[in-house]
Amino acid sequence: MLSLLADFIGELRAAGIPVSMSEHVDAARACEVIDLADRATLRTALAATLVKDGGHLPAFDAAFEVFFALRATPTPDEEAPGGELSGAAGAREGPGPGAGAGGGGALSAAEIAEMIFRALRDGDAGALRQGAGEAVSRYAGLEPGRPVGGTYYLYRTLRSLELEALAERLRQDLGAERSALASRLAEDEVTARLETLRREVERVIRERLVADRGSAALAKSVRKPLPEDVEVMHATRDEMAQLERALRPLSRKLAVRLARRRRRRKRGPVDLRHTVRRSLSTGGVPLDLRFKPPRPAKPEIFVVADVSGSVASFARFTLHLVHAISSQFSKVRSFVFVDGLDEVTHLFEGVEDPGEAVARINAEADVIAFDGHSDYGRALSAFHERYARDLTTRSTVLILGDGRNNYHETHAEVVADLRRRAKAVYWLNPEPAAYWNSGDSVIAHYGAHCDRVVECRTLRQLEAFVGELA
Amino acid sequence: MTLDPRAEVAERLGLAEVPPPRFASPDEVRERLAKSDYLSDAAIASTTFLADRLAKPVLVEGPAGTGKTALAKAVAEAVGARLVRLQCYEGLDESKALYEWNYRKQLLRIQAGRTESGGAEEWRALEEDIFAEEFMLTRPLLEAITAEDPVVLLIDEVDRVELETEALLLEVLSEYQVSIPELGTVRARQIPMVFLTSNNTRELSEALKRRCLYLYVGYPTIERERDIILARVPGVSGALATRIAQVVRSLRELDLKKAPSVSETLDWARTLVVLGREEIGDEEAAATLHILLKYQTDIERATKELLGGRARA
Repeated sequence: MLSLLADFIGELRAAGIPVSMSEHVDAARACEVIDLADRATLRTALAATLVKDGGHLPAFDAAFEVFFALRATPTPDEEAPGGELSGAAGAREGPGPGAGAGGGGALSAAEIAEMIFRALRDGDAGALRQGAGEAVSRYAGLEPGRPVGGTYYLYRTLRSLELEALAERLRQDLGAERSALASRLAEDEVTARLETLRREVERVIRERLVADRGSAALAKSVRKPLPEDVEVMHATRDEMAQLERALRPLSRKLAVRLARRRRRRKRGPVDLRHTVRRSLSTGGVPLDLRFKPPRPAKPEIFVVADVSGSVASFARFTLHLVHAISSQFSKVRSFVFVDGLDEVTHLFEGVEDPGEAVARINAEADVIAFDGHSDYGRALSAFHERYARDLTTRSTVLILGDGRNNYHETHAEVVADLRRRAKAVYWLNPEPAAYWNSGDSVIAHYGAHCDRVVECRTLRQLEAFVGELA
Repeated sequence: MTLDPRAEVAERLGLAEVPPPRFASPDEVRERLAKSDYLSDAAIASTTFLADRLAKPVLVEGPAGTGKTALAKAVAEAVGARLVRLQCYEGLDESKALYEWNYRKQLLRIQAGRTESGGAEEWRALEEDIFAEEFMLTRPLLEAITAEDPVVLLIDEVDRVELETEALLLEVLSEYQVSIPELGTVRARQIPMVFLTSNNTRELSEALKRRCLYLYVGYPTIERERDIILARVPGVSGALATRIAQVVRSLRELDLKKAPSVSETLDWARTLVVLGREEIGDEEAAATLHILLKYQTDIERATKELLGGRARA
C-alpha cells in the first residue's frame, strides 16, 4: 500500500498538484485508520490529506480513478492479462453486481438498449453498471495495447447507444408536462440521467484500459491539466467551461491582492524640498524626513484584442480579467477587431460583472469590414488613425492576438508610432513561443516595435502578466 | 515510536491518558450528525472521522450557504461539546483572537499595592503578580485551548484575515498550544476538534493548508438536497421536496451571478409550506423566485429560461 501511495503521489505531482512531504505522511496515517476496502472512504481520505485546493479535485479524481480502479471482470472476447492490476487488489466493488458480471453471453443491441433504459428509468445503479459493461463489450471495440486515454472508445460506445432515442423514451416515460417549468425540469432530469450513463460507460472503459495497460501508463494518457494550466487556445468544451468558472474567483483574488499591495505602500519618496525646510530648525540636520504623499501612478490601459475565431476565447478571458481589476487602473478602454476595429468600452460601463459585457461583444461589436479573416495591419492602422491622439505617456497598450495575419500587409510602422506616444506597448500571444513566426505568423515584425511580446498560453501566465501591470 | 497520531499529540500536550476517539467509523459520524439534523454525505463524514482520528483541523471550503458553519455546529452538538467560535474579519489581531492583558485591572492592582512601603523586592513580586492568568482576558483561541470541558473550535471565514494574521493561527492549529511571552506556553488540556471555513476569496497560505485536512463542500446532490429539505422543514411532503430540489438543480445549471444556496432552498421550502402549496406551477415559481435569487438580472434570466419568458405576476 505504501509504495502504491508513493506512486500515486508521484502521479499527482506530475499532474501539477503540489504535495508536500508532511501531506504524504498524513495520507499514510489516514490509510492506517480507515477501512481500505471501502473505496469511497479511501478516496475522501486521500483527497482530504493530499489536495488543498478545490480546483485541483478534477485532476485528483482522474488520477484516483486510474490508480485505484476496480478490477475489471474479464469478458469472453477479451482476455484480461492478470498481474497487471495494481491498486485494484484491495479495492472492493460497491453494492450491485460487478461490471459485466452475469453477462456471460453477448446480448443483442436491442436488449442492451432496453436494459439501460430500464436502469435509467428506475435509477438502478447495479443494472446500469451491468448495461454499461455490456455496451462497452459490444460497441467500444477496445484494442489491447494501444496507448490511448479512451476518449474515442467512449465516443464510439455512446454513438452506438443512440442517446437521442434513449432521451426521447425517457421523456415519454416522464409523461407530457403542460407547464413550462415542469417540462424544463423533466428535460433537466433526462440530461442528468444520461450524464450518469456517460460516467458509467467512461468508468467501465477506464477499468478495462487499466487492466490492459496498467495504471501508471494510463494515468499519463488521462492526466488532466489543472484549470490554470489549460492551454486556452486548445481547450475542449469541458475545459472551457472549467476555465470560465475558474476565471471569476481568479480575477477576484487578483483584485484583492493588488488592492492590498497598493494599500501597504504607505508613503511616497522623500520630499527633499520639504525636508530641507524642516531641517532649518535643527541647524540644517535633516532629523525629520518628509515624504511625498503616495500617489500611485495608476496606468491607463488600452486593450486592443483580436476576436477572430482562433483567439476569441483568449481575448474574452483577457478582457474579463482586465476589467475585473479596472479599479487598479485610472482608465480602461477596450477595442476589438477582426479586419475592422470597434471600441467596446461602453459595454463595460455600469455593468457589475465583466463576464456579461464580454458576452455581449460578439453580438454588438462591428468588427468585420471585409472577409472576416484577421487583418492586423488594417485593424492597427484604424486604431492608430482614430485613437492614437488619445495616448499619453501614462497609457499602456496591450495588443492581444496570435499575429497570424493571413498574408496581409503588416503595417508594423503603426506599432512603432504607438510606442513612441505611449508609455509601453505589450503584445500578448496565446500561442506557444515555439510556433511564433511559422506559417502566416508575423509576430516578429510587430514584436520589434513592442516593449515585450509575452507568451500567454494559460490562465496562470495571463494572471501573472496582468498582476505585474497594475 | 507509536504510529497513532492521537497518542502522539496527547504525549506532546502532556495529557495523562490518550482521550478515546469520538467516533468509531465514518458511518457512525453520519448517524450522529443526522441526529443533530445535519445530513452529511460520504466525504463529509469520512473527513470528520479522519479529523478526529488524526487529531488534525479541517479546512472546509465551498460556495456560501452550503452548510460549512452548520457542520461545525452539528459536530459540536453530536459530541456534546461547547462551540467556541472565532469570526474572522479584516483587521483581526492578536488581542482579539488570542489574549489581551487586562491593563485596567493591572493598574488597580499596582495602585492597591502602593500604600505599603515597598522596595525592589516587593516590586518584583508585584510584577510577577500582575502578569498572571488572573489579569488576562482570554479570546476565542486561548479559550478553546484552556477549556476544561470538551470544545469544538470554529474559525469562521478564515480567508478574511490578512495573510500576516494567518500566522497567528499556525501554532494553535499544529500544536494545540499558545505561547505567551510573560507566562510561557499554554497547552491544551484535551485534543479539541477544529474547523476552519473559507469562502475562497483569496488563496490561503501553504503553511495553513498543510496543517489541515481539506474538505470541499459543494452543492448537494439532488437526493441529498431533498433529504435535507425533509429533515429541516416541518410539514413538507416528499413530492414537494423532490420538486423543490429539481427546480434548484436546474437553477444552478444556469449561469447565474449567485446560484441559490442550501439555506435559500430551505427558506423557499418553508415559504411554500406556509403558503400551503403542494405543487409548484409556473405561477408559484414566478411569484416566489426572489427568495431563491438575490439579483434582479438573475431573476430575469431564470424566468426566461425556466418559465419560458413569462412575465412576473
